[in-house]
Amino acid sequence: MTHPDPVAVWTIIIGLAVGSYALRFVFIGLVGDRPMPPWLLRHLRYTAVAILPALIAPLVVWPTATGGQPDAPRMAAAAIALVVGLITKNVLAAIFSGAATLYGLLYLLT
Amino acid sequence: MADTTSKSYFWKGFRDGTPFIFVAVPFGTLFGVFAAEAGLDIVQTMTLTSTVFAGAAQFAALQLLQDQTPTAIILISALAVNLRMAMYSASLTPFLGAAPLWQRACAAYLTVDQSYACSIVQFEKEPKMTVPQRMAYFVGSVTPITPLWILATYLGAVLGTRIPESWALDFALPITFLAMIGPMMRTLPHVVAALVAIIVSLLMVGIPYNLGLLIAGCAGMVAGAQAELIAERRKVDA
Repeated sequence: MTHPDPVAVWTIIIGLAVGSYALRFVFIGLVGDRPMPPWLLRHLRYTAVAILPALIAPLVVWPTATGGQPDAPRMAAAAIALVVGLITKNVLAAIFSGAATLYGLLYLLT
Repeated sequence: MADTTSKSYFWKGFRDGTPFIFVAVPFGTLFGVFAAEAGLDIVQTMTLTSTVFAGAAQFAALQLLQDQTPTAIILISALAVNLRMAMYSASLTPFLGAAPLWQRACAAYLTVDQSYACSIVQFEKEPKMTVPQRMAYFVGSVTPITPLWILATYLGAVLGTRIPESWALDFALPITFLAMIGPMMRTLPHVVAALVAIIVSLLMVGIPYNLGLLIAGCAGMVAGAQAELIAERRKVDA
């Protein structure tokens, strides 16, 4: 296990704490009941749904644990977690199916 | 009498928020484990989880930290994950914007996926609720999960370092996020946004400092917004 530089870690913690609070406060606290431009709301609606897949996709295709080699159990687990989430709309069911797939295939293939 | 009805709305929120315990506890534990794996000590982990109070952004920050990403890029990327909080804040403003400033300041801290999801449904269902009743409901909806989220993180952080590598916890983050993405695909524009973001992120993987993530995120947002415009125009034409 590597220990990251404490200055960097604390910078991230404080920056994230202040920044996250600012994001939550900006509208409810500062805007109050003034209306906002529709184009801004339209883009804000898709932030989470764009950033999260963009963060995950490279980790699925080139996992760090295998030194960046594509890996069948991890790909299958990712696909199952996504599909179960899509069908059931249930986050926990999707997590457990994905984990079960990963462990099952890692056990069978190694 | 307003006080009594506010109290009952608090408990209604509390009941509506209770099922989210089953998300917050495993997710919090997982975050604690992941933080310990990333080399954070208990004080760092607990400060992060109780001040930022947004699992997805916390996970994103730690993942990038492990990839040796520059601090500024980590902050921008993790805050981009949290941009949806600004959207929640914006969406709640018409309902809670008239409350006193100190209450809005507290509500801002408590704005998370779960409190937003419960409250927006309730506020739209009962438009006649007063502002104090709405605030009571909002706070109630997040009361069951806040202490448990923090406690679960602590347990995960304590257990984390004892978990062997063969458990393949490196993949806990991708699985958890993918599981969260599925239920977010409510409309076609959401699917378009996610697909564009995935394709761009894979193409941009060679770009240093994980800047590809931000480019892909922006591309996905624009794609989603444009897809929504096209869908609306079709609806008008039809």
